[in-house]
Amino acid sequence: MQALYAQLLVGLINGSFYALLSLGLAVIFGMLNIINFAHGALYMMGAFCAYFLLNLAGIGYWPALIIAPIVVGIFGMILERTMLQWLSGLDHLYGLLLTFGIALIVQGVFQNYFGSSGLPYAIPDELKGGMNLGFMFLPIYRGWVVVFSLIVCLATWYLIEKTRLGANLRAATENPTLVRAFGINVPRMITLTYGLGVGLAALAGVLSAPINQVRPLMGADLIIVVFAVVVIGGMGSIMGSIITGFSLGVIEGLTKYFYPEASNTVVFVLMVLVLLVKPTGLTGRAA
Amino acid sequence: MKQKISALLFGTALTLAASGALAQDKNIKIGVLTDNSGLYSDLGGAGSTLAAQMAIEDSGLAAKGWKIDLVSADHQNKPDIATTIARQWIDVEKVDIFMDVLNSGVALAVNNLVKEKNAIMINTGAASSDLTNAQCSPNTIHWVYDTYMLANSTGQALVKAGGDTWYFLTADYAFGHALERDTAAVVTKSGGKIIGTVRHPLNSSDFSSFLLQAQASKAKIVGMANAGGDTTNTIKQASEFGIVAGGQKLAGLLLFITDVHSLGLKVAQGLSFTETFYWDLNDDTRAFSKRFSERMKNKAMPSMVQAGVYSGLIHYFKTVDAMGGNPHDGIKVVEKMKAAPTDDPLFGKGTIRADGRKLHPAYLFEVKKPAESKGPWDYYKLIGTTPGDQAFRPLSESACPLVKK
Repeated sequence: MQALYAQLLVGLINGSFYALLSLGLAVIFGMLNIINFAHGALYMMGAFCAYFLLNLAGIGYWPALIIAPIVVGIFGMILERTMLQWLSGLDHLYGLLLTFGIALIVQGVFQNYFGSSGLPYAIPDELKGGMNLGFMFLPIYRGWVVVFSLIVCLATWYLIEKTRLGANLRAATENPTLVRAFGINVPRMITLTYGLGVGLAALAGVLSAPINQVRPLMGADLIIVVFAVVVIGGMGSIMGSIITGFSLGVIEGLTKYFYPEASNTVVFVLMVLVLLVKPTGLTGRAA
Repeated sequence: MKQKISALLFGTALTLAASGALAQDKNIKIGVLTDNSGLYSDLGGAGSTLAAQMAIEDSGLAAKGWKIDLVSADHQNKPDIATTIARQWIDVEKVDIFMDVLNSGVALAVNNLVKEKNAIMINTGAASSDLTNAQCSPNTIHWVYDTYMLANSTGQALVKAGGDTWYFLTADYAFGHALERDTAAVVTKSGGKIIGTVRHPLNSSDFSSFLLQAQASKAKIVGMANAGGDTTNTIKQASEFGIVAGGQKLAGLLLFITDVHSLGLKVAQGLSFTETFYWDLNDDTRAFSKRFSERMKNKAMPSMVQAGVYSGLIHYFKTVDAMGGNPHDGIKVVEKMKAAPTDDPLFGKGTIRADGRKLHPAYLFEVKKPAESKGPWDYYKLIGTTPGDQAFRPLSESACPLVKK
């Protein structure tokens, strides 16, 4: 029984990465209608950004939590301005192919210079060590990841669903021409939204840098699972992707305990089941 | 009609002329089949191709009229992709010899094809000892290391040091299974006990669930029967979950210098494991490694897999040079390679057994503390050496049909 609690908690930790990443994807899909396959590469860039900040500029983990998402977010906005914006109104497939290509290029460039084994990034001193919860030894850093990503997720949900800015944004996706008539600069808002989604990916990258090696392929390994999470949660649904992210982490954790060999596939089995029963995803509405 | 006949005759004459030229055929095509983009690409990958290139340059065969071509491909760690490439290489591109072929799943698949087509494989990358046991082939030489040797050296040393209860964390494919099986056999034979096993999918990023299970088992040794990125992530996350601090010891059953480099000494210090090559062993290895790292994009020192590509090719070149030409009959070349003793700057003197096993010493290393390291890539302390004839599976235990008993 103790082991089960431990696995639940570990699942929650992984779930927070799924949630952060799928949230970014959901924001981008919901607002821009782009299936952002470059998300994994941007997550990886966030981790590398933290690594460079530490090793080239001596800037530690805490500032990196803010700087890396901004830097990578700006990179994302440049992508949106120079390439993605021309695809609005076209079939989803174009955006998917373009972002997939971008991901391959970015990963290839990083792999060319840094190899595949990855680079070390230490846990910040303040979060080192762990505490004994009775049923498991919880590294403090992992606890921090869960709490922090939960806060970020809820803040993003609040921003988009409950504020005026979010209302404008949602209106702009429904009817851009009308929103423009109110004097709102829609293209700029779209660019900023893409930057926000990318920034969330980079933030997840920084969070994961001390846990995993900083590797060029760290995002490629994760992105497929995250896409499954988004599909299960319902494309474009903010709350749906947060909840699904966390709960799939838990389900995966349980699989690792009961039948570890299937832990890589369980998410996809669930995806198939959900699509069969409810093709719009758990929280999605029919278009 | 006349034109047709003369064309036919002309064609026949050409064919005859070509087959006449075959008598002194001095063409070789080398194929480096490896992981160029995935989790093992640092320990093989581009470095293996570079090592092959260096072996070609150092062999001096070009001056003797040999024409040597080198091709390389990425098998993506997928046996089906690997066999497709290998089939095309043999049938269309006329590749004579396969080098590296890391990943045991891939190696076992390519092994069958190479045998069927009478090509050659010098395997320097895969670990499974099955390549020279039940699956042995007259066309294959297993050059650098294998799971039996790793288990024998590291496993025995750890049990002797008091680590008598084991829990395995195993990569769920041919290699992990072989390494776990061979290590478990050594541990049990030396008086130790296996408490449990958990198998994780290849290329996982999160090991915390598995590590918690290992922790809960209270085994003294957590044996990592995985490799590359899987091992580095396991080690890093084990330190996070306080596995070592809690009194358990991590056993890296297969670690490469590129893994230690990627982890950094702070995390990797104190780990002990077995390799058959280290750049800083003697003047010869240092000289080669310096030349090698200068040509690597990230200035990396060679791993034992990459060093093995060089060493294996040097012996191959000596053999075909002695034959004088026509190096396309795989079995014949491998027989000649087995008959001659090996000697090269990287692995020293050695021999190749009837089952295809190359013999050379195995070194037990311990990773230095950060304070002990004098510079970049200065990572290992040598703590023990097993001579070549004792390091590998004895022929008396072999299930290989090529071994006459």
